[in-house]
Amino acid sequence: MNNNYYDPKDLKKFGDITQWSEELGTKFFDYYVKVFEEGALTAREKALIALAVAHTEQCPYCIDAYTKDTLQRGVTKEEMMEAIHVGAAIKSGATLVHGVMMMNKVNKLDG
Amino acid sequence: MTKLKTQSLHKRESELAQTNRQLEILSNGIFKSGELPKFKDKIAETGQFPLRPKKLEILQINLGYMCNQVCEHCHVDAGPDRKEIMTRETMMQCLDVIKNTGAHTLDLTGGAPEMNPDFRWFVEEASKAGIADFIVRSNLTIIRANKKYYDLPDFFKKHNVHVVSSMPHWTRGKTDKQRGDGVFDKSIKALQELNAVGYGMPGSSLRLDLVYNPSGAFLPGDQATMEKDFKKALKEDFDIQFHNLFAITNLPIARFLDYLIASENYEDYMTSLVEAYNPAAVENVMCTNTISISWDGWLYDCDFNQMLELKVDSKVKHIKDYNEDLLNDRNIIISQHCYGCTAGAGSSCQGKVT
Repeated sequence: MNNNYYDPKDLKKFGDITQWSEELGTKFFDYYVKVFEEGALTAREKALIALAVAHTEQCPYCIDAYTKDTLQRGVTKEEMMEAIHVGAAIKSGATLVHGVMMMNKVNKLDG
Repeated sequence: MTKLKTQSLHKRESELAQTNRQLEILSNGIFKSGELPKFKDKIAETGQFPLRPKKLEILQINLGYMCNQVCEHCHVDAGPDRKEIMTRETMMQCLDVIKNTGAHTLDLTGGAPEMNPDFRWFVEEASKAGIADFIVRSNLTIIRANKKYYDLPDFFKKHNVHVVSSMPHWTRGKTDKQRGDGVFDKSIKALQELNAVGYGMPGSSLRLDLVYNPSGAFLPGDQATMEKDFKKALKEDFDIQFHNLFAITNLPIARFLDYLIASENYEDYMTSLVEAYNPAAVENVMCTNTISISWDGWLYDCDFNQMLELKVDSKVKHIKDYNEDLLNDRNIIISQHCYGCTAGAGSSCQGKVT
């Protein structure tokens, strides 16, 4: 085992997951490729969504891949950062909206 | 982030100004260790070695390495400090070839070809030869660089020149990062002036195409999608129109190689190129239909080989001895920089090749 949990070289080995479960792995990659094709959303818009989700999921492989991918699509650094803020806003909003749950409980117990 | 240099590698006396040093780098390291396959071995896998010319279609003439810009990624290592300029004597030799060639396209490049003092004379003479497609690669800012160039749009129009211009992005930040401060604003003004005389307008026979190359160590995106994005942004923001966008991959030579090494991106970039290798692109790679002529009349398989000083492997090596049939019977010289033309949809001075 390496001394690090994450190794950039492992990203290139992603396709190897099919080795131990070929049918499911192949179905996943077929689905993955299809999702990112131009559709009702442009491939550029999808790449930006992927970049934002890569950050909320805090996946180093995905951040590596979709930073490069968005650059290749001509996305500017300002657009990339705004996309990440969208992800961050949803993350923090999702935390804070649970504050209502806390308030409800407090009001019931100690209102 | 690396800071934009203001001098050529030659002026800085960088070791990369020596072409043999560049070729050494491209043949050693990850290619020598076998971590990545050499280009020769890669094309041999599909029986495409040795690479041979097909019908000659494009004569590309470099009028000199002098330029008003010092772009970060310039494969020519062009700049104001480069003094190599084609003489009228060599131009006359080129004209003899242009009159008799079977090529349908004449492509003038540089540096900034307009800075050659005999540029206008040469265009006037060459346009008489009746070549179907007469391209001048104009960097746009030259049109706004000095009063003596202000009338270039009209001059191009008069000689029905097809203008092909670099435009790395539709935003100021990305453009100026690659090409220098103020380049974006001048380029926009120049494009508006070209539009004003009819260049790039829908249905116009005055062709105006743009060239996109990435601003860093990554490959270009899909050409058609990029064209759509460029057209939308330039029209909405500046009321600018153009015909086609050529997406070109940065080749790992000269200043781009210097940038890759300085930014510690060289190995990753070469890996990206090799991973994106496309045998279908090899079929149409531009060295198979182009001859590149340098400012001093030497002949090369392409503009990149010219910058690496790899003269054609033929008895005919100079414009003064030009013989199209003899020249077409040759093996094309390759090295690892050629991966830049075979990645993804392929890359050439006319954009993608597949």
